Amino acid sequence: MLEINGISISKGITLAPAYCLAEPDLSFDKVKITHVDSEIDRLKEAMAKTKLDLIAIRDAAMYKFGEEKAEIFSAHLLILEDPEIFSAIEAKINEKMNAESALDEVCIMYSCMFESMDNDYMKERAADIRDVCKRILAHLLHVELPDYSRISREVIIVAEDLTPSMTAQLDKQFVRGFVTDIGGRTSHSAILARAMGIPAIVGTKNASKNITNGSPLIIDGLKGKVIVNATEDVQARYRASSKELEKDNELLKKYITLPSISADGHIVEIAGNIGNPNDVDAIIANGGDGIGLFRTEFLFMDRMELPTEEEQFDAYKTVLSKMDGKPTVVRTLDIGGDKELPYLKLPAEINPFLGYRAIRLCLDQQSIFRTQLRALLRASMYGNLKIMFPMIATLDEFRRAKAILLEEKQKLLDGGALVNDQIEIGMMVEIPSAAVIADLFAQEADFLSIGTNDLIQYTLAADRMNEKISYLYQPYHPAVLRLIKMVIDAAHNHGKWVGMCGEMAGDEVAIPILLALGLDEFSMSSASILKTRGQISKLNKDQLNDQLEHILQLKTSIEVELYVKKYFLNLK
Amino acid sequence: MEKSFKITTAEGLHARPATILVSSVSPFTASVELLYNNKSVNLKSIMGVMAQAVPAGAVVTISANGTDAEELISKVTEVIISQGLGEEC
Repeated sequence: MLEINGISISKGITLAPAYCLAEPDLSFDKVKITHVDSEIDRLKEAMAKTKLDLIAIRDAAMYKFGEEKAEIFSAHLLILEDPEIFSAIEAKINEKMNAESALDEVCIMYSCMFESMDNDYMKERAADIRDVCKRILAHLLHVELPDYSRISREVIIVAEDLTPSMTAQLDKQFVRGFVTDIGGRTSHSAILARAMGIPAIVGTKNASKNITNGSPLIIDGLKGKVIVNATEDVQARYRASSKELEKDNELLKKYITLPSISADGHIVEIAGNIGNPNDVDAIIANGGDGIGLFRTEFLFMDRMELPTEEEQFDAYKTVLSKMDGKPTVVRTLDIGGDKELPYLKLPAEINPFLGYRAIRLCLDQQSIFRTQLRALLRASMYGNLKIMFPMIATLDEFRRAKAILLEEKQKLLDGGALVNDQIEIGMMVEIPSAAVIADLFAQEADFLSIGTNDLIQYTLAADRMNEKISYLYQPYHPAVLRLIKMVIDAAHNHGKWVGMCGEMAGDEVAIPILLALGLDEFSMSSASILKTRGQISKLNKDQLNDQLEHILQLKTSIEVELYVKKYFLNLK
Repeated sequence: MEKSFKITTAEGLHARPATILVSSVSPFTASVELLYNNKSVNLKSIMGVMAQAVPAGAVVTISANGTDAEELISKVTEVIISQGLGEEC
């Protein structure tokens, strides 16, 4: 039995076998062989096994994802059976080269040839060739390759890190949890785990090296640890606590239809964060009062080119229609930093979090921005749309973005299109400069939404992807709390509402403080909505106000945490 | 045996059209070449066909050699016409 500690993303408990997404070791030696015939037989055998794999994967993909996704594997089968490739490898084996080296050299030759072509489609074929060769090589070396799309039983995914493209291949129906080596509370895997409402332990540093495929795992989200090969006793105990938690969740279900209101009658909005139209269902199932953040960049990821205006229109229309008139805040494209779009071919930057991203990129590459705005404006007729701009640092940026939006709106109206007249135009407050002059922004924006993940990283000058300084990710740092107070007070002074769409909005320690500060909208992952509604229903805002002055005078993040836990959460 | 065709798909002989062509000739024992721009490649090789990067509007010649060459040519003609890849010329 082995215990591995990390950062817990949700408080759940889950038991399932490990499914390792590690890249296996496919290294080999280049050696001279003596028996050419037996080496060619080895190659043929590996290719025959690869063929069986590809057929099985193609059929599974056809069944699960449809013909379009399956087509890629039909193409892989043709590559595998390509007589020119086979004879090129055979020729090298005839020169006494071992099958692994021969395969590798031919693979490199063909993939370089395609990569050098002046055509994006052809360039991508290089990846297909490498993929097929990797499968053959794995069979030559008797190494098993992981196949994300073929998972057909409940598993816990174990990986060094999860990339967006890996997660796109996962059949999420069977994924019970995640364990990753790197990443913090706001990494891609963490956001995904929260969106799926499953437990995850990130930042374990070395879990993927210590866990073998298929070993029984337990994720203990309460203690932030993973238990590998637990004894029968331990497993039984966790199964029992897992049942307890399910019962608690069952009790929370009564809040699905209850209003978001504090014990002394103060009404707030508890909304959800989404990344794509499918996430809306979970928000509705958990009784969300609206959507406080639609991260539209996920419509732009895991693809080869920009989504068209029509594709975007369909996505926005779907979300707005499903929300049936409830407030829906859509954030315009926030790309850059940790979210790359390979097809935009943006040069790598030394400081991506301080660089060319979000509104900065959109104001520069206006055709991308305008396409998105047109799609949003056209979709506005289907619901209660509010649009906000990310990463605003200066008043000028907000004015320019708003002017472009109004320009596109006028063009659509001139062309005879219908656009909702009630769209609120707001902005994210996630850069300290914007928080400090929130009073100036509140005069021109219809609402402000505080993005705490970035606001904390910029206020403490701590890259949230850098684990070595993760101690600086302090949501309760007095500076952060004071900035939040400034933003809320400034907005209220100008009659505007304030939301929060960072992880902090669903954090049980932050919630009493935010309620006391007067936050109007709390937006979080769907899995946190009911718990937050339950917590707020037991809090007394007036009573909290009396303590607020004292809390804001506390000197450190840990003092704030301990104070809130002691007085409002009955925890030690 | 050989026959010439004008390729009419918008994307030329990329991806799907190339896949269809290669799959249609693979079962035959005859050898078969695709000639375009004075360069010939094995029509049973998907890599070879794609590397030719035949554009829309180009004229290609398919030549087959072997016992079932005639059947191969008639099959490939049928596939090209019925799948809308090109026309005889």
